[in-house]
Amino acid sequence: MNMPHNNITKTLIEKFPADVIESHEAYGDTTVIVKKGRITDILRFLKEEIQPSFEMLIDLCGVDYLQWKDSARFEVVYHLLSLKTHDRVRVRAPLSEEDPTIDSVSPLWKAADWYEREVFDMFGIIFHRHPNLKRILMFEGFEGHPLRKDYPAEKRQQIPTAEIDLLHLSLQNRHFSETDHLPTRSMILNIGPSHPAMHGALRYQVELDGETIHRAVAEIGYLHRAFEKHSESSTYTQVIPYTDRLNYLSSMMNNVGFAHAVEKILGVEIPPRAKMIRVIVCELSRIMDHLVCLAAAFVDLGALTNFWYFFDAREKIYDCTEKLAGARLTTNYTRIGGVWRDISPDIITGIHKAFKVLDKAILDVSRLLERNRIFIDRTRNVGIISKEDAVSYGYTGPCLRACGVPYDIRKDQPYYDYDRFDFDVPVGSRGDVNDRLMVRFEEMRQSAKIIQQALTRLPPGPIMIEDPKIALPAKSNVYGSIEGLMNHFMIVTQGICPPKGEVYSATEAANGELGFYIVSDGGPRPYRVRCRPPCFPLTASSERLVEGGMIADLIAIVGSLNIVVGELDR
Amino acid sequence: MDILIFILKIVIPPVLVLNFIPLMIWFERKGSAYIQERRGPNRAHILGIRLGGIIHNFADVIKLITKEDIIPANVNRLYFIGAPLIAIFVGIVTIAVVPLADSVQIGEKLVHIQVADLNVGILYVFAISSLGVYSVLLAGWSSNNKYSLLGGLRAASQMVSYELALGLTVVGLFMLAESASVSEIVRHQGPHVLHWNFVQQPLAFIIFWIAVFAETNRTPFDLPEGESEIVAGYHTEYSSMKFALFFMAEYAHMVVAAALITALFFGGWQVPFLTTLDLKTQAPFYLYVTVLTVSFIALFFGLLLLSQFKKGKYRDARDYEVLVFGIPLFLLALAGGGSAIFTGPWALPEWGRVLFAALVQATSFGIKMTFFAFFFIWIRWTLPRFRYDQVMNFGWKGMLPLALLNIVVTGVVLLWKGNHHG
Repeated sequence: MNMPHNNITKTLIEKFPADVIESHEAYGDTTVIVKKGRITDILRFLKEEIQPSFEMLIDLCGVDYLQWKDSARFEVVYHLLSLKTHDRVRVRAPLSEEDPTIDSVSPLWKAADWYEREVFDMFGIIFHRHPNLKRILMFEGFEGHPLRKDYPAEKRQQIPTAEIDLLHLSLQNRHFSETDHLPTRSMILNIGPSHPAMHGALRYQVELDGETIHRAVAEIGYLHRAFEKHSESSTYTQVIPYTDRLNYLSSMMNNVGFAHAVEKILGVEIPPRAKMIRVIVCELSRIMDHLVCLAAAFVDLGALTNFWYFFDAREKIYDCTEKLAGARLTTNYTRIGGVWRDISPDIITGIHKAFKVLDKAILDVSRLLERNRIFIDRTRNVGIISKEDAVSYGYTGPCLRACGVPYDIRKDQPYYDYDRFDFDVPVGSRGDVNDRLMVRFEEMRQSAKIIQQALTRLPPGPIMIEDPKIALPAKSNVYGSIEGLMNHFMIVTQGICPPKGEVYSATEAANGELGFYIVSDGGPRPYRVRCRPPCFPLTASSERLVEGGMIADLIAIVGSLNIVVGELDR
Repeated sequence: MDILIFILKIVIPPVLVLNFIPLMIWFERKGSAYIQERRGPNRAHILGIRLGGIIHNFADVIKLITKEDIIPANVNRLYFIGAPLIAIFVGIVTIAVVPLADSVQIGEKLVHIQVADLNVGILYVFAISSLGVYSVLLAGWSSNNKYSLLGGLRAASQMVSYELALGLTVVGLFMLAESASVSEIVRHQGPHVLHWNFVQQPLAFIIFWIAVFAETNRTPFDLPEGESEIVAGYHTEYSSMKFALFFMAEYAHMVVAAALITALFFGGWQVPFLTTLDLKTQAPFYLYVTVLTVSFIALFFGLLLLSQFKKGKYRDARDYEVLVFGIPLFLLALAGGGSAIFTGPWALPEWGRVLFAALVQATSFGIKMTFFAFFFIWIRWTLPRFRYDQVMNFGWKGMLPLALLNIVVTGVVLLWKGNHHG
């Protein structure tokens, strides 16, 4: 794996000798630090000219290095992914405090539009030639940039009560045709944030001609809870409960995703049993997430009965997670270095029972809908996104696979021995609503298959690593030995201290690639945690997807994308 | 006598429709619960009587009446208040031309068991139900809400489009019965099941059936109130009893639609294979059989209910609910069955025979109608919703040509038949 990375950096240095400041490899991640001046050229080179090409902008985020002595104030960090070789490269561009500006890469990737808006919103970094540089998560009229280190976490701001221009969404009634006998105007309709089909608090503002949508603008941020800012003032273990609230439909997966990132920077390997349990809970969460997504999508299409069939199955799986983690929704199940509780035979029988219900539910629903003409008419050829656009928007997960790109981190960059399981990655062909929903159907079956394999080969052994700097010692040890007591004391009062550095870890969450980019300064609290929510790029693309469709199509499209606002707004 | 009949005619049909509404709501709730593997309503009770959830309807009524009746600012009050009234009015008066049983000879007078036996009965139905468009349109427009407006527009275009297909399908029936009167169409179908119009006019039946779904705004044509798209459509802004009137109107429409399907395509009050004359002449025998059957069913359910009795299940009056219904059913079964067995077939006077025939026919009508009413609910919990343009395409490009084709085919067949006979 080292060779191609070195090749990339070598080629980059050859091509842009004056612009590459530094390159290194740590924790398996290749990092290139470049000057901001030619960032567009460098990224275009990486995207188009180099072999293998990095066609996907997986993540774009900012970091504020205010407290680091030997560093520029800001950095914009680009994470790129090659879909052919599944290599990743991180490009960092430092910016000075006096001139926090950089060129926008939105001409290269459509995904950059919203990512750059978020960086602007959070750090105040200006992107030149960005088409629409406005706040995205914070409200219009917010003062300051919250993720800057000099913005106090406790600071409160009042939402301006004066009528702020909510139409900074920039939609206005337009006159259609001047020659028409009747002077007709378009109608602006707000769908959300409080609307039966906008699950969570998502808002679309659409410009309608009759029922046809001419333009649509998505407004997000209603559920922004400052996850990233919170994480900076919590220890690594304390962040785990916050991750529950990201994608609350599959909270265990977020727990695993975050723990995986921290373990990567700590450089530890968790015990085999813990790995297997994580696989099991991840796949259970995937099933639950898909169940909710599909059930909600069907409700939005008017097929309410399917909702109950799926929720019945979901309920049974929740019973299992309740036995396992003590909670149903916010599980807080993983710990750095393992999992919290062991899986018992009781739970295993519970899972098997739940699968019986699940099989029946999937069978019932697919019989009701799969060949139902109304359902097919409503979903087929609706909200089509091409392969190229999907990649450009940074789609991952089922929505990307529905377009025919068989990218699944579990297969392509296996973690937790996913390569030892026998499962298929379902792929669609048209990239429409129907494909997105059907891919999820099949993924549930595959996840059940994985879990059944995992349950049969669950190895015995510990579920936490035995590292006194990471895992709490056994209680008997704490009470019985001075060393145990001291370790316990240190972990509880100090926390886990990873080495100084940065790491990006990606896991395949139900909705796509869940990435955590962690910058550690060596202390017990992360210096910066960036969560790459899989549905952020999906939502960004939805504005274009719904154009030309009808209101009912918008509902179907949003349902098929599975936008979970908890994760979208963080 | 005339006045009594007059009053009965005025009172019974609306009461029938209005009483069917809670029954339909109960069907909707329990039916959907059954389909969706839930229990459905089973909590509200009066002195422990729950009636399998029907009592929830009383609770609903109390809730809806006592709720604050909000009229938003900036609405046109006249239209806003008028719209639900039109809706419920239209829902109820359509039943007027549907006969519930064969005409009855009382003394010198022939009494029709329907409010009015208009010779253009079907046209009356369409005329009145078209007025229903005004209620949704006015509600949608006067609410001063974009979602309501969209709902009103959807409803208006949908109802107008499907009315065409609806109207054209019945032309075939006119041609067969050579009359536009509903009672004449029912009489023409006769008691023989194969002569009923759903066999004679299968295409018309299917189109009519689909079109009434659209006319009543039920899934898969519930776009005017598609809750996931336009919140609640034209009644988004309504609350309290005004909302309830819309709600009742929807079910009233369904009842009427079911009654129309029964009358036009399933022989209305016709009892399969038995003419009115048969029923009258053989009344003692059929009464005997009926009493025995009903007693047997009552015995079965009575015993079933009694076997459910378990003290301390709820530890309150609800424990005794099964007894309240089980014991009378059981006693009724014993009394009915016993008297039938021991006193044998009873000789009936002429008026008794007439009454019996009418009752049996009305029951036949009721059973058929209930089934079709339930069918609305069944479909609702099975199918997803259309999209607006798909509804329009389906109506104009699918149903309308087919309805026209049906008229042509019926005409050709009738001509051919006429030529052969003549």
